[in-house]
Amino acid sequence: MSTGQWLGLLTGILFGFLLQKGRVLRFDKQVGAMLLKDMTILKFMLSAILVGMAGINLLSDMEIIKLSLKPMNVGAVLFGGALFGAGWAVMGFCPGTSIGALGEGRWHAVFAILGMAAGTALYAEIYPIFKATVLAWKDFGKIGLPEAIGVSRWLIVLLFGGGIAALFFWFEKKGL
Amino acid sequence: MRRTDDNGWSPYLAGALAGLLAIASAYAATQWLGKTSYLGASTTFVRAAGLLERTIDAEHVASTEYFEKTKVRVDWQFMLVVGIFAGALVSSAADRSFKLESVPPIWEERFGTSIGKRAAWAFVGGVVAMVGARMAGGCPSGHGLSGMMQLSASSFVALALFFGVGVLTAHFFYGGRKS
Repeated sequence: MSTGQWLGLLTGILFGFLLQKGRVLRFDKQVGAMLLKDMTILKFMLSAILVGMAGINLLSDMEIIKLSLKPMNVGAVLFGGALFGAGWAVMGFCPGTSIGALGEGRWHAVFAILGMAAGTALYAEIYPIFKATVLAWKDFGKIGLPEAIGVSRWLIVLLFGGGIAALFFWFEKKGL
Repeated sequence: MRRTDDNGWSPYLAGALAGLLAIASAYAATQWLGKTSYLGASTTFVRAAGLLERTIDAEHVASTEYFEKTKVRVDWQFMLVVGIFAGALVSSAADRSFKLESVPPIWEERFGTSIGKRAAWAFVGGVVAMVGARMAGGCPSGHGLSGMMQLSASSFVALALFFGVGVLTAHFFYGGRKS
């Protein structure tokens, strides 16, 4: 195996370990969050974002790492985001957690994984149609929120971080 | 802080450590691979599907634009996804939370114990979700974690839609009963 493959494997093992310890791999945690009864997965995700956001932006400012933003293709993000949300609720897993769920014995994740593999194969076939339609509407390219609204990167980190902290207090107060 | 079920870690702690891992991983990939890689999972499904299809019809895969664009190979992220399986297995075996489950509790409460029903819906949900993830350019890992950390404008929109439409669909699909 190449260095890249080894590094990916090691990172994945640690990531899978933390996802499992946080108990976010489960169908009940994911659907529980979407039924607004159990916010475990949001606590995990937002905590990761809070910490990661500070470090990633600092390392990027110091030019130690490069950002790899995702394109703001309006049709793609709106349609794709909505389709993903609908499928996620029914399936009860997302792509990464389905694999982890299998690892902790929740073997029904196999059906979700097969469905997702079929979904990608399907997407590869119909991609030319999307490319000529939904994906061709309006593409703002790989743009960050700071550039998009014209404010400092660190102001957004601060505001967003504060918002996450406030949400956490509210979750705990409500016992979610 | 509320304790989680069956002696898991606090999701705040596990999540914060995952944030540190994301930083360390971006740094390590830049140093050793010369390219900053960010945590993600859904692109790997494209590569896995491509690898599988290639065993049946290699020419078709080679001539499919989307597979050409994504480059069908076992790369850093592919091994990351393999690692997620291994990490979850080790963790759940170590703290005895590993459990063979064929139908999850919330599902059983609403739709009963039929494995066939669960399998069919999980498959359909998987197809729809993955078409969406590939269109949007990421999943809750790629957009939700990595994109948000980098303040990618599209990720804020994508995550809001993932969750917003997820909430609506879940209430409709699982009956939306209040406990």
